[in-house]
Amino acid sequence: MNADDSSKDLVVGTDGEKYPARFADPGLPEHRDRLADRDPAAAKRAERQVAVLFGLSALGTIGFLLAYFLVPPGQSVSSIRLSNLLLGLSLSLGMLGVGLGAVHWAKTLMSDHERVEERHPQRSIDADRAGAIAALKAVAADSGVGVGRRGLLKGALIGAIGLLPLSIAVPLIGNVGGDWDTNKFRHTIWRAGRRLARDPSGTAIKATDVTIGSVFHVIPEGLEAEAHPLEEKAKAVVLLIRLDPRDLNEAPEKKSWSYYGIVAYSKICTHVGCPVALYEQQTHHLLCPCHQSTFDVSNGAKVVFGPARRPLPQLPIAVDAEGYLVAQSDFHEPIGPSYWERLK
Amino acid sequence: MSATQRLAGGTADYLDRRTGIGVAVKSIARKIFPDHWSFLLGEMALYSFVVLLISGVFLAMFFVPSMNQTTYTGSFATMHGVQMSEAFKSTLDLSFEVRGGLLMRQIHHWAALLFMASIVTHMFRVFFTGAFRKPREINWVVGSVLLTLGLLAGFSGYSLPDDVLSGNGLRIADGVARSIPVIGSYASYLLFGGQFPGDALIPRLFTVHVLLIPGLILALVGLHLLLVVLHKHTQYPGPGRSDRNVVGFPLFPVYVAKAGGFFFIVFAVTALLAATFTINPIWSFGPYDPSPVSAGAQPDWYMLFLEGGLRLVPGWTEFELGGFTWSFNILIPGVIIPGILFTALALYPFIESWATGDKREHHVLERPRNAPVRTGIGVALIVSFLVLALAGSNDVIATHFHLSINDITKFFRVFIILGPILAFWLTKRLCLGLQRKDRELVLHGHETGRILRFADGEYVEVHKPLSADERWLRVQHEPSRPLQIAPETNSRGVLRRGYRKDRIRQRVSQFFYQDRVEPVTPAELAAADAHGGHDALDAVTGNAEIEGAVSPAEHASQDQ
Repeated sequence: MNADDSSKDLVVGTDGEKYPARFADPGLPEHRDRLADRDPAAAKRAERQVAVLFGLSALGTIGFLLAYFLVPPGQSVSSIRLSNLLLGLSLSLGMLGVGLGAVHWAKTLMSDHERVEERHPQRSIDADRAGAIAALKAVAADSGVGVGRRGLLKGALIGAIGLLPLSIAVPLIGNVGGDWDTNKFRHTIWRAGRRLARDPSGTAIKATDVTIGSVFHVIPEGLEAEAHPLEEKAKAVVLLIRLDPRDLNEAPEKKSWSYYGIVAYSKICTHVGCPVALYEQQTHHLLCPCHQSTFDVSNGAKVVFGPARRPLPQLPIAVDAEGYLVAQSDFHEPIGPSYWERLK
Repeated sequence: MSATQRLAGGTADYLDRRTGIGVAVKSIARKIFPDHWSFLLGEMALYSFVVLLISGVFLAMFFVPSMNQTTYTGSFATMHGVQMSEAFKSTLDLSFEVRGGLLMRQIHHWAALLFMASIVTHMFRVFFTGAFRKPREINWVVGSVLLTLGLLAGFSGYSLPDDVLSGNGLRIADGVARSIPVIGSYASYLLFGGQFPGDALIPRLFTVHVLLIPGLILALVGLHLLLVVLHKHTQYPGPGRSDRNVVGFPLFPVYVAKAGGFFFIVFAVTALLAATFTINPIWSFGPYDPSPVSAGAQPDWYMLFLEGGLRLVPGWTEFELGGFTWSFNILIPGVIIPGILFTALALYPFIESWATGDKREHHVLERPRNAPVRTGIGVALIVSFLVLALAGSNDVIATHFHLSINDITKFFRVFIILGPILAFWLTKRLCLGLQRKDRELVLHGHETGRILRFADGEYVEVHKPLSADERWLRVQHEPSRPLQIAPETNSRGVLRRGYRKDRIRQRVSQFFYQDRVEPVTPAELAAADAHGGHDALDAVTGNAEIEGAVSPAEHASQDQ
């Protein structure tokens, strides 16, 4: 590595004797014979062990076929588990036998004399480099770009090739995002008078069904009739909670959004959009199980802990003539995670 | 000549006359590869990828990549009548109706976890031993890209069954995409072909998962291995091993047998896991529906650090500015941290060689203790990964250990900063300590536990000097010293151009090498032996081979 430097780095002892700057490599250690190299009986034994391992593999494969034909999975989970277990164990045995056999063969019976191969610097030798440069020069000369005045040619070629991908990219990008109408983030299918219904049964909820402390997972009534029910559900799901009105701390402009302590909040977390599904009755906290953002339902669902920043949007509700809970309108802000133009 | 030999000879002759393959056989067949257990990590990644290809082809025969809704009528009774996508239904069917299908699915998922685990550990092996140094920087970059592709392969794969767990993972991905400034909402539309969840995602993910990513991985694995062959494998330091040779066993037959055998062992272990441990039981999660969510939900382990980051960054980092929303609570863990991490990881070899000014080729690996700062950086990285992974499990920790989720989160918020710093400092100190221990051993030998008493009453413990081979391991490396730069001004006091840049580089170099313990030199060993000084002992210990010893006093004067 540093052979040239070492001559400059000699340390001189007081008695005039010199020490090299570095220790010398003691060289490869002597080869030690394995048991199977010295003892023919041991070699024979190793051979038998390898053969037994390969034999075990064959047994594994036969076992796999037996399990496949004789122990089919049935209707119950336990029969599926049994089939899976037998197939897996026998497959594993089949693989393990071959694997261990091959490795054991290599380690006991193949030559274990270490060999040394020289390394050369990674760069090619000077003659090859010179040849490569000459070749590249010939390429430049033959193509004519070596001549300075061919700038127009180069520019035109690069320009043309640079434009070409547009004919793939434009239709791809044009279509890959559907209609690209990101305004859909702003609206849900909640409308004035639309009934609140139980998720997933879809039956409408009467205000009298909602006792203090209870929670309903809510979807808009008639969700299944929408053109894209899953997409609409992903935005419209709501949690309906009834608190003791004395516990409820409402902003003056939102006083009319609740009904005798019944409040409805979007179920989609304002962090990254998981359903906020866990309600703690005692503390009136809603917890998102994904990232633990915690919202205080008694205080306008504002964030009390975790990575979300904004409160859950509230759905203004009322009661219709038949006593069913209905929405007063859509949400007054986009539901779910933040995005760049949310306030526009 | 036997019939087999004639057949083999004939085939070889036939091939060579048509391809000239003899040249390749001559150079490849007896190519030398060094032996070490840690070199198996990369092989493990390759073999689990092969297992993934085999089991993946099996699954692709039965999986239906469609989000069309259907009603389940199959053999799993508890799901009867449930609305689900065809993707989910076909996953149930290939688990329950296809014999051996569940096994293949579990093998595929376990192999994916093993694939990522072996890539990561292989990468740490390469990092800690300095195997990424010249001439292998490009291969390190190829490896980093493979790591990223592995992450994408895993994420796109476990989202395919369209179950509640992975569906909520996709919804999180949607939230992260939306947080990107300016283009966020369009990024979300691009992913889902419109609004979340849409009906385009699963078919698209399928194409990405079975064609695009595996194709890229296959091509890059080919390049990765080609470069390994071109460079010849690195080797650990030891007697007879240098930067100018490679010591080991030939490819044929030893490595073909060992490595080939190892493939079957990897397959066997994956099959054993798949036989005995249930993984991703989507039938107990249920099909995707935007409303339900399960508590204690976690992604596969290699995505946990992203999940942990999302849980840690507090909400006040989101704000409105200029009428637009800046969601740094999502951008930091979801975009910035992974972006910086993967970029810095890929560029590390170039950063280190710039800082150290080392442009030579290295084929002998470094012992991690001999590069304390690099080792410290590596351990700090592992610690931050672990802290984020634990933070991604904070709810599970809270329920299992009856701790407050808020306290755990607050602790991790602090520890994600402090932990890596502490880990760096501690590791660097440990490395320097180990180097001192090496010096101590070389200079004074092994303790033997034998105490001698001299006639004058003095007690000494007999030390057994190291054998030449033992010593070589501890002294073979070159001391690494900080860069020296030309002075700020020339002899006439005029400020030198480019000094400022040099000074920065020197500072970084000092960060790497200022604290160091250099290997023992022959002169130091001779001095130490003389310092041991008891001529009488030489006879006892046979410690007389270093001649021309220097006495301590003389040694001191010589230093001046």
